[in-house]
Amino acid sequence: MAKSNISLSGKDILDLESMSIEEYELVMQTAAEMKKIMKRDIKKVPSLRGKSIVNLFYEASTRTRTSFELAGKYLGADVVNITSSGSSVTKGECLRDTILTVQSMACDAIVMRHPIEGAANYAADIADAVIINAGDGAHAHPTQGLLDMFTIREQGRDFKNLKMAIIGDVLYSRVARTNIAAWTKLGADVHVAGPMTLLPHDVEQLGVTVHKRVEEALEGADVVDILRIQLERQKNGLFPTPREYARIFGINEERLKLAKPDVLILHPGPMNRGLEISWDVGYADNALIRKEVENGVAVRMALLFLTLTGGKKIENLD
Amino acid sequence: MKILIKNGRIVDPSQNLDSVQDLLIEDGKVKAIAKNIMVNVDEVYDAQGLIVAPGLVDVHTHLREPGLEAKEDIVSGTQAAAAGGVTTIACMPNTKPVIDNSIIVSGIKERAKREGYVNVEIIGAITKGQEGKELAELGDMTEKGAMAFSDDGHYVKNTRLFALAGKYITAFDKVLISHSIDPELGSEGFMHEGAISARMGVAGVPAIAEDIAVARDVLIAEYTGARVHIAHVASKGAVEIIRQAKKRGLPVTCEVTVHHLTLTDEACLSYNTATRVSPPLRSSEHVEAMRTALKDGTIDAIVTDHAPHAPEEKDVEFRYAPCGFCGLETSIGVIFTELYHTNLFTISEIIGKMSTEPANIFSLNAGSLKEGKPADIVIIDPNKEWVVDNMKFYTRGKVTPFNGKALKGKAVATLVAGKFVMRDGVVCVK
Repeated sequence: MAKSNISLSGKDILDLESMSIEEYELVMQTAAEMKKIMKRDIKKVPSLRGKSIVNLFYEASTRTRTSFELAGKYLGADVVNITSSGSSVTKGECLRDTILTVQSMACDAIVMRHPIEGAANYAADIADAVIINAGDGAHAHPTQGLLDMFTIREQGRDFKNLKMAIIGDVLYSRVARTNIAAWTKLGADVHVAGPMTLLPHDVEQLGVTVHKRVEEALEGADVVDILRIQLERQKNGLFPTPREYARIFGINEERLKLAKPDVLILHPGPMNRGLEISWDVGYADNALIRKEVENGVAVRMALLFLTLTGGKKIENLD
Repeated sequence: MKILIKNGRIVDPSQNLDSVQDLLIEDGKVKAIAKNIMVNVDEVYDAQGLIVAPGLVDVHTHLREPGLEAKEDIVSGTQAAAAGGVTTIACMPNTKPVIDNSIIVSGIKERAKREGYVNVEIIGAITKGQEGKELAELGDMTEKGAMAFSDDGHYVKNTRLFALAGKYITAFDKVLISHSIDPELGSEGFMHEGAISARMGVAGVPAIAEDIAVARDVLIAEYTGARVHIAHVASKGAVEIIRQAKKRGLPVTCEVTVHHLTLTDEACLSYNTATRVSPPLRSSEHVEAMRTALKDGTIDAIVTDHAPHAPEEKDVEFRYAPCGFCGLETSIGVIFTELYHTNLFTISEIIGKMSTEPANIFSLNAGSLKEGKPADIVIIDPNKEWVVDNMKFYTRGKVTPFNGKALKGKAVATLVAGKFVMRDGVVCVK
C-alpha cells in the first residue's frame, strides 16, 4: 500500500487530467491487490458491505457496466443498474432530478455514463454521492485510462520516454483524450494519427505529435492504442468509405512491423474487426485487449474501495 | 416637471462633452447643461462624483414576448434594462410567432409603451417566419416603426435572397442586421474550435465560419448598397474583413457583445451552460482583436445580446443547453471593470460605443444629451464595487457567466423621458 497521505476518499473521479501522479500510483497499487482477490476461488470480500452503488447508464455498454457491477459485487456492495431506456428518462426526467432521485435512496456512489461531454462534472455538482465517470461523450473515460495504465505497467513498462501511438478517431474518443492527458503527464512521447477529419483541430496543443499517416506514428512505437471507429462517422462524411479506412488507416500485421518488435497493442473495445484493426492483430500475442478487460475489474474495485472507504487499510479486505 | 441633476460629470460623446456641470430636465427633455443652474425645480439629484450620460442604447436584446414568456416578457426585460442603465433596447424577432409583419410590430410597440420601463425598438424579420425562403413585408413593417431587420439566429443562407433583401431595403433606408455564421461549417459545433475544445471533447465551431459569412455580407452590402450591420462579431478574421470594408467606404457597421470583449473559451472548461452562446466565447487572440477593433473604430457598438432562458432550459448537460444568457444588468459593471478600470478605454469612449454610436447607426432619437433631446439618462457610479448576484436580477433568465464576479462600476439611476425608472438599483414602481 502507498505510504503517502494521498487519499481519494469521497472524491469524484471525473477525468485523469485533474488527478495527480500520486493518485494514479495509489490506484495502481490498490488495483494490484484487487487483482489478487479476483484470482481467488471465492472472489468476494466484505470491504464495501452496506454500501450501495448505482450504475446509471445513458449509453449502451457491455464491458464497462458489467465490470463496474462485478467490481462492486466482489467487494460486497449492493449494485443496481439503471439504463436510460428503461427509466423515467424516457418520460423526460432531467439529469438533475434523476441524480437527486437516485441519491435519495441513500446510494453511496453513482457510476455514470452519458453521451454529453461534461455530464459527469454536472452530476458531481449536483450529487453528494461519489460520482465516477464511466464515460461522458468525447470528454473522459478515467477508468479506461487507469486500466490501460495498469495493463502497460503490468508488462513491466514505465511511461517515461515510451513512444505511444494513438490511432484513429481521436475527435470523438474519450479514451484518446483520457490517455493523452495521463500519458503526457507521465512523461511519455505521445503521437496521434488518423484521417485529419477525425483528429481535433489544434490537437497538437494537447502536447502530442500529429501525423497525417499512421505509418509515421507507428515507427518505433512501444504502445499502439487503436481507437474504435464509429460507423456513423462515415455516414457524416468524415471519411469516404470503411473500405478505404481499413486499407489506409487500419492496423494490420504488415503496418505493425514498423513498431518495436515487442510493441503492446491496446484497443478499448468493442472492436470493428477488419476496419480499424485486422483479425490477426486482434488475436496477436502482444494484443492486450482481453487483459484490459480483466484489469478493468481490478481497477474499478480499487476506485470504488478508495473513494468509498478511504482505502483505510488493505487488510480490511481479507 | 423639472429635475435638476447637480454637479455630475456629464459625459456626452454626441457633443464632445466631458465636464462637471448641472443638467436641467424639463417636460421629459434635456433643457440645459451649464454650471450652477439656479432654477426652481421639483427635484434636485445630487450627482457629485457620479457620471451623467445619455442612457445606454442596446441594439441587440431578446424580450421573448410574444410566446416565450417563460424566458422573459416586456415587463421583466425592460425592468432589467432600467436596472442596468439601458434606456433603449431593440428586441430581436425570434419570438413565437416571429415578428415578421406590421401587426406584431405595432402590437409589441404599443404593449411596450404601456407596460415597459424603457424605450423598446423592434427588429423585424427579413424573411417570413425567419425561414429564409421569402421576404417578409419589410416596407409595411418599416411604416409601422420597425427599427431594422434581421433573421437573428438564422443566417440568411440563400445568398440570392439576402441580395434581394439588400436591394429591396434601400428604398426604406433601413439596416439589415446579419447573424453571420456559416450554418454548415458551424452546424456540429457547440463552442469555439481550438485547444480548449480539443481538450474538452466538445465539437467546435471554427472561427472561419464567421469570417466566411461576414465576407459574403460585406460583398452584398457593396453590391446592393444596403446598409448591413454585422451582429455580435467575435472573430479576428471577421473584424479584419469589416475593417477593410470600412476603408473602402462600404455601408457596413458592426457590434460586439460585452462577453466577447471580456471572456475567453477557457470559461467553458467547467462545462457551465452559462458559457454556451453563439457566436461562442473565443480564445484570447480573438478577444484581443475585438478590443483593438473597438478602439480603432472598426467596431461601432457594444451590445449585450441579452438572451434570457428559463432556468430549466439552462440547467442541463452542456450540449443540450440553448445558446445565450442575460446581460442587461451586468453590462456597465463588466465593461467598466474590464475596459475602464484597466485604463484601456475612457468613459467617453465607452458611452460612445454603448449609447451614441448605436443610436446613430439606427437613426434613433437617443444617445445624446443635446438640448431638446429626450431626457433618457443613466447616472453611473464608476467606483461602486458590487458582486453579481443573479437571484437579485429583474430578468427571468438568471443565468450568466458573470455570476459571482466582483465588479466595479454600476448604474445608480436611470431616467427615461425625464422620469426616474430606477434609483439605487431598484426599479421604480410604474
